[in-house]
Amino acid sequence: MLNRDTVLHIAELAKLTLSDRETALFAEQLSEILAYAERLNELDTDSIAPTAQAIYRRNVLRADEPRPSLTPDQALANAPRREGDLFRVQQILD
Amino acid sequence: MKLHELTIHEALPLLAHGEITSVALTEALLARIAALDPQIHAYLRVTSDLALAQARDADERRARGEAAPLLGIPLAIKDVICTAGVETTAGSRILQGFRPVYDATVVQRLRAAGAVILGKTNTDEFAMGSSTEHSAYGPTHNPWDLERVPGGSSGGSAAAVAASLCLGAFGSDTGGSIRQPAAYCGVVGLKPTYGRVSRYGLIAFASSLDQIGPIAKDVTDAALLLQAVAGHDPQDATSADEPVPDFAQGLADGVRGMRLGVPREYFVDGMAPGVRQMVEGALDVWRSLGAETVEVSMPHTGYALPVYYLLAPAEASANLARFDGIRYGYAHPEALDIWDAYRLTRAEGFGDEVKRRIMLGTYALSAGYYDAYYLKAQKVRTLIKRDYDEALAQCDALVTPTTPNVAFKIGEHAEDPLEMYLEDIFTLSLNLAGVCGISLPCGQSDGLPVGVQVQGRAYDEATILRVAYAYEQATSWHGEHPPL
Repeated sequence: MLNRDTVLHIAELAKLTLSDRETALFAEQLSEILAYAERLNELDTDSIAPTAQAIYRRNVLRADEPRPSLTPDQALANAPRREGDLFRVQQILD
Repeated sequence: MKLHELTIHEALPLLAHGEITSVALTEALLARIAALDPQIHAYLRVTSDLALAQARDADERRARGEAAPLLGIPLAIKDVICTAGVETTAGSRILQGFRPVYDATVVQRLRAAGAVILGKTNTDEFAMGSSTEHSAYGPTHNPWDLERVPGGSSGGSAAAVAASLCLGAFGSDTGGSIRQPAAYCGVVGLKPTYGRVSRYGLIAFASSLDQIGPIAKDVTDAALLLQAVAGHDPQDATSADEPVPDFAQGLADGVRGMRLGVPREYFVDGMAPGVRQMVEGALDVWRSLGAETVEVSMPHTGYALPVYYLLAPAEASANLARFDGIRYGYAHPEALDIWDAYRLTRAEGFGDEVKRRIMLGTYALSAGYYDAYYLKAQKVRTLIKRDYDEALAQCDALVTPTTPNVAFKIGEHAEDPLEMYLEDIFTLSLNLAGVCGISLPCGQSDGLPVGVQVQGRAYDEATILRVAYAYEQATSWHGEHPPL
């Protein structure tokens, strides 16, 4: 069973603020899902290589040639806060 | 002639011969959407003016003697696929108001093929769900029974096709999100091989699994829609540089002499008797058409669910890190510093199911748990892939149920996410193996559609289409419409 502190630690890694309701709910539901996942331990996989992508592709290369990309206005078109040609963000350093 | 009832392959010659116009067809569908979609809620937004302009353009192109594969055909697009200038939300509050500045490659190709885009269809938030109940904009209702879910996450697209609110649609499938709603809604849904269709402009959920594909009224239409979008795209490094065959060409070649594998692990105790009966009936039909059915074993099938629900959330937790309230989407107005802004923006922007999966994925990737969960799941993925390699070496395609049950009631699994996840047990392994599959209607149980799934080798969509077409021509289920 995941405890409250673990849930809050994971939420911080994921940059999510959880309400008390969510913290309790996720502790219970994630515990249930992870308990279900324990059945993978029935399988001996010591000699099995992991699969990250089922249809493997080696490095996909292309010629390194300049080509058009988004204009500043396009790139900023959906920005919640804009200042000139920049994204405006909250304070990062104290 | 009721224009909304036409299939794409029926409408194309009528358009070509000037018996109908794209404008008339589009107007008929828009009128039907206005009349019926308030009950169904298949669409998140209907772009009537744009659609009519595209239809007029298609009719003018025809008049000038131009031809294109889908010229004048009205389609619907799942709202996880970017459409330039048209709001694209992925069913999430965090993307409310987001207007992409470019079209997904699939949309570009559909426009080039002459298609008319009617609007954007509902989806579980970020395609995470099996019911379309997890849309921030309210659920979609199954046209066969408005109290039931249409499946998900491409439930809006499947419901729109089933209710004849478009001639065809596109969805995305990460663990069954095209095939499962197609089964629940009594339509055809095809998940192409990983890499067959470009994902440029698809809002990412789990990048090693996601694939865009068509939802259609019948198998021929599914082949036509796949044809229009398949093929290598330099904008998507995971798209495959493989030749694309003419999918319509071999469609009617039949199944005589084919070997269809029936994996015994898919016929489990928990499945509804009505589903089992219909799928076994479908196997009888294929045998009567000259196919041989052979029992095969895919021993790791039962492990696909835990593997999927570790790997997909892990990938999602990384993909959804991009939603930071800075470059696009919702931004919390009162955050004091950048960390506060991330936490509050994401807390308010994401719904419960998305948060649950981000949390699960973050946990599976976190220090101390990576080997036990993420790496373990990747290793079992290898075993599942081997099951496919071995089974598909013995036969031309595999036939299984698409889902263990028919469509469930809205709210039925609201308290227990694991129960909802279990609805995906027959569709997940295929994504883990990267191969292709199609679901098509094979009967009804208690008045609700049942789907049968044909799974095929990598890049062998032609075979599963041919197998599906043979069944469809011998039966009439694809012609059944919901009582609306």
